[in-house]
Amino acid sequence: MEAEANSGSPEDSWAFIQRPGEGCRTVPLAGHVGFDSLPDQLVNQSVSQGFCFNILCVGETGLGKSTLMDTLFNTKFEGEPATHTQPGVQLQSNTYDLQESNVGLKLTIVSTVGFGDQINKEDSYRPIVEFIDAQFEAYLQEELKIRRLLHNYHDSRIHACLYFIAPTGHSLKSLDLVTMKKLDSKVNVIPIIAKSDAISKSELTKFKIKITSELVSNGVQIYQFPTDDEAVAEINGTMNAHLPFAVIGSTEELKIGNKMVKARQYPWGTVQVENEAHCDFVKLREMLIRVNMEDLREQTHSRHYELYRRCKLEEMGFKDTDPDSKPFSLQETYEAKRNEFLGELQKKEEEMRQMFVQRVKEKEAELKEAEKELHEKFDRLKKLHQDEKKKLEDKKKSLDDEVNAFKQRKTAAELLQSQGSQAGGSQTLKRDKEKKN
Amino acid sequence: MDPLRQSPSRSSSRASSPRTLPSEMLGYVGIEAVLDQLKIKAMKMGFEFNIMVVGQSGLGKSTMVNTLFKSKMWKSTMPGLGVPTPQTLQLQSVTHVIEESGVKLKLTVTDTPGFGDQINNDKCWDPILGYINEQYEHYLQEEILITRQRHIPDTRVHCCVYFVPPTGHWLRPLDIEFLRRLCRTVNVVPVIARADSLTIEEREAFRHRIQENLKTHGIEVYPQQCFDEDINDKILNSKIRERIPFAVVGADQEHIVNGRCVLGRKTKWGIIEVENMAHCEFPLLRDLLIRSHLQDLKDITHNVHYENYRIFRLNESHVLPRGPGWVNLARAPASVPAPAGPQANPGPSKVGGWAKDNSDEEC
Repeated sequence: MEAEANSGSPEDSWAFIQRPGEGCRTVPLAGHVGFDSLPDQLVNQSVSQGFCFNILCVGETGLGKSTLMDTLFNTKFEGEPATHTQPGVQLQSNTYDLQESNVGLKLTIVSTVGFGDQINKEDSYRPIVEFIDAQFEAYLQEELKIRRLLHNYHDSRIHACLYFIAPTGHSLKSLDLVTMKKLDSKVNVIPIIAKSDAISKSELTKFKIKITSELVSNGVQIYQFPTDDEAVAEINGTMNAHLPFAVIGSTEELKIGNKMVKARQYPWGTVQVENEAHCDFVKLREMLIRVNMEDLREQTHSRHYELYRRCKLEEMGFKDTDPDSKPFSLQETYEAKRNEFLGELQKKEEEMRQMFVQRVKEKEAELKEAEKELHEKFDRLKKLHQDEKKKLEDKKKSLDDEVNAFKQRKTAAELLQSQGSQAGGSQTLKRDKEKKN
Repeated sequence: MDPLRQSPSRSSSRASSPRTLPSEMLGYVGIEAVLDQLKIKAMKMGFEFNIMVVGQSGLGKSTMVNTLFKSKMWKSTMPGLGVPTPQTLQLQSVTHVIEESGVKLKLTVTDTPGFGDQINNDKCWDPILGYINEQYEHYLQEEILITRQRHIPDTRVHCCVYFVPPTGHWLRPLDIEFLRRLCRTVNVVPVIARADSLTIEEREAFRHRIQENLKTHGIEVYPQQCFDEDINDKILNSKIRERIPFAVVGADQEHIVNGRCVLGRKTKWGIIEVENMAHCEFPLLRDLLIRSHLQDLKDITHNVHYENYRIFRLNESHVLPRGPGWVNLARAPASVPAPAGPQANPGPSKVGGWAKDNSDEEC
């Protein structure tokens, strides 16, 4: 039986009936099963993990970006106002942990510093786009790892981009148009009119219409609040008509009536931040946080990130293979690239080895030369030494000769003297002696 | 038995991020509205759940599924006397959509008729393992596509309910072999089937013996001890672990008891009520599977078992040892084998080092 069981191809051993597609039938329940607690289970699990939300504030210096963030989240974030003398656009990001009842939110606020301050603003949008891409890249890297920690991963992708428009009352600046056009395919762009207490109501309506028409005519796709879900369709629909929101930010509180409200005080009156007749701040807060935060995150993940991922992978040469070819095209390309890299590595190794060998040879030659020189020197010195020795010996020999000659004459003289003394020639002896001496 | 199993704790996303400042909020902002947004989104998308029941024929698997989900999922099959038992194991899947209070659940039940019915049951777990890995493979293929769907259809088996025959002695070698191999690939919940043939004392003794057996062989059934995150989870799961395996009785017929209409089995000496805790532990099983731990089952399948399978698959063609490796897409791609062992990432995770054993056992 074992043979029979194993003789078939893998397909035969487990012949399971494919599940029917989406048209599976609905079965009525005969009682309470209890899975209506599923959304609660899901929510509990999300709460224990915590949420994260990343906002990017793009706008010229002095338009009230930091103040608006403070007002939106009812807290004082750190940071000082930037100067106008920045050489280029930089992005500054800060992360905060907010807690409300049992929900923890990890909020990251990224602000552009020095945007619009330069004389030549052609490249102002570039650091922003690079930053957004860098966040996508980091997430993509994590997703492609073999051992990955996706559910723990601190998501740093930008979920919403608030674009601050200066309240000139006329139309959008060309810098705004260019930047928004570059950003609209990468992030959810929400344009807002900053410091809108500088515009009167009638001017505001005209301004808004002008802005929306300019955006449409230039093909800039700003974020539209979703209207497909009945629960929020109505409110989102009405809000969509009020875009772009005209907001005012203020962290100072003033006493109006008998309540403390956030407001800005002027000699001619007080502008209340949370008064819907004065500005659209409340609408912005509703839309951004209370109604659509989840949708913003989902759009970022499913639309913008997927687009980035697709472009990036296609750029690297990965392709979706058709069903006939082998399953892991990604794996094959990994393999190919890995081999390529290894080949390069080997080549480099060879080069280094050759260089090393060459150096060794050179050094060896040098050393040999030195040795030879030393030998020569030694020989020379030896020769010198021998010459000297020979000279000395010659001299010694001549000296010895002289000494011998002297001795001979001395004996000869003594002989003569002994003969002379016999003959009585002492005078001659004396004379000889004197002669000798 | 698994030296590479990482010490787990699903630290929240805060631990692995750069320095953060806790800030005081001086008023109501409305962040907790995001919970409602989540709920709305979840209800709109619907939920999916895939369960597999494994056990010998005649243990009441189909009846149990019908009782769990209070609907006629299956007709309980009784092989006729003339029909020979199939030579090979055939898995059958049925999908239904059930709805309760606005929550839609797409439920897939996979049955394994013929499991353990042959004379020679060697390697009878292979088709089941093959099926489970096949589902992981489908999901992996979808995930690595360049243009992928917004919501990848999830066919992975989230929970496998294993029916232990009520012998009253110990786990049989077939049970032990099967549980050993499967508990590393999927969440396994063993239950004592047809528990109405055991008295209460016999049940307790049997349960203890099974628990000892499981411990001796190092089989970790759901809820796994290594995935307990905090003290609350530990307490809750310890209570469940004490009662595993549940002694259950399945019934899909209703009878009148004391004026109430209950699901139960009618015998000459009484009616066994399925939902009565004094009679059997079916409510515990139902609560575990559906009411409290369904999301957890799905999470562990996705975060642990699927990731292990993925690591195994992606490592297959590399000559790398079973260490982490990744491709740097920014510049010249390189596979840099980072030092193996505990990850360089901060924060221990639920990804255990089960991939090694997995590949050893796979045929």
